[in-house]
Amino acid sequence: MIRYLARRTLTMAVTLLVISALIFFIIKLPPGDFLTNQIAELRSQGEAASVAKAQFLMQQYGLDRPVWEQYLRWIGLWPNPDGAFNGLLQGNWGWSFEYDRPVREVVGDALWLTLVVNLAVVIFVHVVSIPIAIYSATRQYSLGDYIATFIGYIGLATPSFLLALVMLFYANRWFEVSIGGLYDSAYAGQPWSWDKVKSLLAHLVVPTLVIGLGGTAAMIRRMRANLLDELAKQYVVTARAKGLPPTRALLKYPFRMSLNPFIADIGNLLPHLVSGSVLVSLVLSLPTVGPILLAALKSQDQFLAGFILMFVALLTVVGMLVSDLLLAWLDPRIRLGGSAR
Amino acid sequence: MTAPLLSIRDLTVDFSADTGDFRAVDGLSLDVPAGRTVALVGESGSGKSVTAQAILRILPKAARIGGGRILFTDPRRGRSVDIARLAAESSEMRALRGGRIAMIFQEPMTSLSPLHTVGDQVTEALLLHAAVSREEARRQAVAVFERVGFPDPKRALVTYPFELSGGLRQRAMIAMALITKPDLLVADEPTTALDVTTQAQILDLLRDLQAETGMAMLLITHDLGVVANVADSVAVLYRGRLMEAGSREDVFRRPGHPYLKALMRAVPRFHMQEGERLTPIREVRSAVLARKAGEPHRPDPPGPLLAVRDIAKSYTLRAGWFSGTVRRIDAVKGVSLELWPNRTLGLVGESGCGKTTLSKIVMRAIRPDAGSVTFDDGGGAGPRDVFALKDRELKDFRRAVQFVFQDPFSSLNPRMTVYEILTEPLRIHGVGTPDERYERAKELLDMVGLDTRSLRRYPHAFSGGQRQRLGIARALALKPRVLLCDEPVSALDVSVQAQVLNLLKDLQASLGISYLFVSHNLAVVDYIADTIAVMCRGRIVEEAPKAALFRNPAHPYTRALLAAVPEPDLDHPLDLKLLMSDRFSDPASWPEPFRLVGAETGTMQEISPGHCVRVSGSSLRQAA
Repeated sequence: MIRYLARRTLTMAVTLLVISALIFFIIKLPPGDFLTNQIAELRSQGEAASVAKAQFLMQQYGLDRPVWEQYLRWIGLWPNPDGAFNGLLQGNWGWSFEYDRPVREVVGDALWLTLVVNLAVVIFVHVVSIPIAIYSATRQYSLGDYIATFIGYIGLATPSFLLALVMLFYANRWFEVSIGGLYDSAYAGQPWSWDKVKSLLAHLVVPTLVIGLGGTAAMIRRMRANLLDELAKQYVVTARAKGLPPTRALLKYPFRMSLNPFIADIGNLLPHLVSGSVLVSLVLSLPTVGPILLAALKSQDQFLAGFILMFVALLTVVGMLVSDLLLAWLDPRIRLGGSAR
Repeated sequence: MTAPLLSIRDLTVDFSADTGDFRAVDGLSLDVPAGRTVALVGESGSGKSVTAQAILRILPKAARIGGGRILFTDPRRGRSVDIARLAAESSEMRALRGGRIAMIFQEPMTSLSPLHTVGDQVTEALLLHAAVSREEARRQAVAVFERVGFPDPKRALVTYPFELSGGLRQRAMIAMALITKPDLLVADEPTTALDVTTQAQILDLLRDLQAETGMAMLLITHDLGVVANVADSVAVLYRGRLMEAGSREDVFRRPGHPYLKALMRAVPRFHMQEGERLTPIREVRSAVLARKAGEPHRPDPPGPLLAVRDIAKSYTLRAGWFSGTVRRIDAVKGVSLELWPNRTLGLVGESGCGKTTLSKIVMRAIRPDAGSVTFDDGGGAGPRDVFALKDRELKDFRRAVQFVFQDPFSSLNPRMTVYEILTEPLRIHGVGTPDERYERAKELLDMVGLDTRSLRRYPHAFSGGQRQRLGIARALALKPRVLLCDEPVSALDVSVQAQVLNLLKDLQASLGISYLFVSHNLAVVDYIADTIAVMCRGRIVEEAPKAALFRNPAHPYTRALLAAVPEPDLDHPLDLKLLMSDRFSDPASWPEPFRLVGAETGTMQEISPGHCVRVSGSSLRQAA
């Protein structure tokens, strides 16, 4: 077990290193960078003081150096001009040129709000879709199954940003509430209080519904298909032949088996918590990471964009590890397999 | 006279399907007296499994009981219940199901949940039906595990099904059924998926348990050999109707119904006359084959077509995901074989003995660690090393050696039509024009006795036997010299098995093909093979022309295998006690001079012309 973890950690580290290089070089692929663009702009406006500051920043962050050196500095494997190593490895997330603030400050609040929104979505998706899927699978081709299937297809086919716009419009028209944002604008910049949390919870409902709809529909379809496969297996008959009541037999055996693909999916779920739902966040003006990432990529704010992407990559890799460990814990065939074959 | 334990009267079961309704069981009447074994015999689709499901009320959704009674008389309470009238999920029915009436299934592999320990699944049955504590349930489970022959009953509690061999899994199933001490055990093909030796052990176990507990058994099987050995009375089912019923003596000594007689003639037996042919219930007829029989064969090589010399292959296994422990397994070691033109070499052994590895090496699907395989197509170039073939020569070899698979259901792509399936090999090898391929496909269908109009149909429209014939037709498409048949009939009913075996024989006679026929059923191999090689733990232990092997089996393992085949003949009962220990498959516990310790491979010694047996090196030195 310890050997396995050590091996996995090592491969994870290597993977992250490769990803960081890819991220950085792809961000640097378009010609120029945030500061050169800014300097050009400032020069045309003749603002000498600002140009000097930009040029200082440029030297400070080595944007005049070759790309590989910039990369090594960013991750903290190359000394800065002052001779110190100060990069991601040392816990310095870098500087956002656009906001003119450290990346840590820019993404700080947004990062955990993103997690809150998307965790709510994940919980919503599972709580709603699993019972419906079980109902659908155990009563295949019944009226209820057809209705669930129909709604599922509509859910799959509706673009979530469109749904967000529609809901935005009608919420304003009928209830005269603005559902944009994650809390009432009165609380913006306020310290967290009980009222602010209540406002947050109230505002969470619509984004959760909008973002979760597609996922719920997809989950119902997949869960139903998985469960139908398992229901046809011989061990289900064995369970019935034992005299097990139907619900207990269902939950203990086929349902348990059909969960495996979803556990394996946790690896994909974690990064989705951050990078998913960008469009909806834009439409509903949610203060989440998605829109920040989009803006950073557009303006070539390289350290901000790079950090967010690295963070997503880290979540992916950790998510994979977690789902693998969970699978091994839950499925004895994976834990003990190999010798039996 | 007391009422029988189970009394079925005029039972009908109807299925409703998209293609229309049909009656799976039609007016069946049957009695199972307490403490006796009744065998329900029939081919697949005869309604025997549906009857079992009706007794436990676990019929599939599409089926319903149309009429009749299933009277179960609980000997403890002396009161009869009509199971057919109970609601399937009523608490009364659930108390019977698994409690008073238990069932075991054919596939021990899939009948147990892979995610729960054997202990959990066995104690669950007891906890459902008896008011016992978890501790008590575990204690009783250990006792049952011990009774059904688990080597380490305490460990079995925390063992998962996939860690067990097929035989042990079936024992776990039996433990699960028996822990509630049922009055009636319904056994649906309990030994069909097992090796003959394991089958004999399980049958013996069931018989002993029955004697101890006094439970009755309804044994559902298509194997008349099993019936002859364990049943007290027999009921024969055909298309949902009862054809014949009576005591074992009556049914076997004086079969009355023509269907039963036909079924008996279809089973391969030892003691068959030389050249005697099985009579399947439906014989395959082919115009093309009859025409081809007159044509001269291709030129044969002077020596063997395929020669395998001192092949060895070992696998390394990691013990588990998290452990670095590595184990080495010798799948095949020191195996030499020869396959001659127009001949059949039978390869016999239990599962895990290395038969499949060997056949994969022969077709160059895996590379051996040592040894050589040579192939001579009779083209005059002489024998060539199969693993050195390249490009054109390799393609020729691929065409010359084809494979027939065990499972006719998973070996045909359900999304391809028969025409596509049969012509795919031709297209891959670029043989002929589309018109010629179409003609060839029709010819192939005719050769295996299928209607040439079925080219546009999909595999699901065919029965198991027909699918297996499609598989054979596909293997024949490229006019191969050698067919590797890996258990080609073990998934088929006896009547269909006879049909496929006869077809293989006819094809050989007309087309001059050689077969490497891998099977665990000695009677089947005896019927089809010319030479038989017996394999155990990766080694060939005995090889002989079939007459010599059956007349004078020298090796203890061969003798055990022979003794384990149940014959549909009351005069040749199984000697079950002989097979109760696992010792016969352990080379270290064979008697001298056959004893092989550790990695010793021993040497083959010829005891009569063509009849070789493996003996240990030390015994040879002593003799010298």
